[in-house]
Amino acid sequence: MKFASEFRDPTAARALLAAIAAMADRLGVTREKPVHIMEICGGHTHSIFRYGLDKLIHEGVEFIHGPGCPVCVLPMARVDECVEIAERPGVIFTTFGDAMRVPGHRKSLLQAKSDGADIRMVYSPLDALELARRNPGREVVFFGLGFETTTPSTALSIQQASREGLMNFSVFCNHITVPEPIKALLDDPDMVLDGFIGPGHVSMVIGTHPYDFIARDYGKPLVVAGFEPTDLLQSVLMVLTQIAEGRATVENQYARVVPEHGNPVSLAAIADVYERRPSFEWRGLGEIDASGLRIRPAYAAFDAEEKFGIGYATGHRAVPEIEGCACGAVMTGKMKPTQCPQFGKGCTPEMPLGALMVSSEGACAAYWQYAGARVAAE
Amino acid sequence: MCLGIPGRITAITDTGRLMAMAEVSGVRREVSVACIASADLQALIGQWALIHVGFAMALIDEDEAQKTLDALRDLGEAQETLEQMAQSEKALAEGTLA
Repeated sequence: MKFASEFRDPTAARALLAAIAAMADRLGVTREKPVHIMEICGGHTHSIFRYGLDKLIHEGVEFIHGPGCPVCVLPMARVDECVEIAERPGVIFTTFGDAMRVPGHRKSLLQAKSDGADIRMVYSPLDALELARRNPGREVVFFGLGFETTTPSTALSIQQASREGLMNFSVFCNHITVPEPIKALLDDPDMVLDGFIGPGHVSMVIGTHPYDFIARDYGKPLVVAGFEPTDLLQSVLMVLTQIAEGRATVENQYARVVPEHGNPVSLAAIADVYERRPSFEWRGLGEIDASGLRIRPAYAAFDAEEKFGIGYATGHRAVPEIEGCACGAVMTGKMKPTQCPQFGKGCTPEMPLGALMVSSEGACAAYWQYAGARVAAE
Repeated sequence: MCLGIPGRITAITDTGRLMAMAEVSGVRREVSVACIASADLQALIGQWALIHVGFAMALIDEDEAQKTLDALRDLGEAQETLEQMAQSEKALAEGTLA
C-alpha cells in the first residue's frame, strides 16, 4: 500500500493506527470477536473505503455502515410520487442530481425526464426559487430530500417564498432525521453495536445533544467526526478509549466546525417550517417513529403534498421493494454488500437495482468503486 | 449533496435577502449567508465558510478550508459539487428560454 501518498499526514495516520491497535489489544478484540463501530454518515462510509481504513485498522475493529445516505434510504414509493408530480402538466420538477437515478417502481426521475417530463437538476433550492420567479406561469416543485444538513436550506427557501408571495413554488418534503433511526437500530435485538461515529455536517446544524440518549439510555459511546482520514481514525480511537475506560458519552472530535448547540438560525427555520410526522418509511428499515418531517399548516401553500394530493400522508401506498434486492439487510449491517446475490451481477452502478448502488455514499457503490479488485481477490 | 464545500465570501449582493457572492474552487456562486450572518454583514467579506447546497452554514479558518477541500477532492465530492453548480446554471438558462 502506498501509504505515504494516500495520506497527507502519514505520520499522524501511522501513530493513530498504532494507538488504535494498542487499545484494541487492551480490549482483547479479534477478527473473530470484533468491536462493532457504526459510522452513521454516508460521507464517512465513502471516506473509509477511499482510504482503505477498514483494511489498515486493527482486525478486531469492524465498521458497520449506517443508514446515513438519504438517497439510499428513500423508498421506491417516494420516487414514484416524484415521477407522478413531475409528469403533471405545467410542472417544473427540480431535484438534487443524486436522486435522479434512484429506481422507482415505474421509472426513475432520469427516465421520466427522457420521456419528456420537465425535470431539472439543481444545486440548491435557491435555484428552484429563481426558476419560480422566472416562470410565473409554471408550478415549480423542489424535491426536499436529505437529513438535517439540507433541511435548513428548504426551510429558509420556503420562508423566502412566503415573504415574496411566490405562490408557484412548493417543496415535496421528504426530509428525515438522524437520531431516530439510530434509536430503531439500537432497539433491534439482532443489532450488535458497541459505539458510533457521529455525522459531521448534520451535527453542524443540530449540535451534539440530540445524541445524548445513545450514551445515557443505551450506554454506547458516540464521537462526532470530521471527514479527513485522520479525523476518522482519531474518532475510532476516542470510541475505543471510552469502551476501555467503561465510559459512554457524546464527544466532539470535529469541534472546529460543530458547535455544541448547532446552528441557531438553521434550527429556528426548521422549527418554524416543519413538524414531525408520527412515523416515516425508510427503505430497508421500515416505519420509524417520528423520523420524518412535514410542512406545517401555516406554510401549506408551499407544500407539494397539499397542492398535488400526493405523498406519504395521502393514502399511503406501500410499494414492495424489488425482489432480490437486499439493501435493507446491508443497511442494517446484517449483510456485507458482497454477500448480496445481486452485487455486481443484477446490480451495478450503471444499472442499479437498489439505492445503495446509486449514490457514491451508498455502501454498495463504495465497495464497488474502491474494493472491487480487493473483494474479488478475497 | 450531504457534504458542504468551503468557499470564500467575496461580496454582499443583497442585504435584504442576506445573499452574498462566494468563490468555490474558482467558481463564483451566489449563496445565502442567513445562517452565519451577524449585524455587520460586510465583516463576512474575505471569510471562509462551509457552503452546503447554496447556504453558508459555518465559518471556518483558511487552514480548515484547505484541508476540507483536499479531502473532498480525494472523495470526488468537490468535482461533483462544481458540476452540480454548472448544471444549475443550465437549468436556470432553460427557464429563461421557456
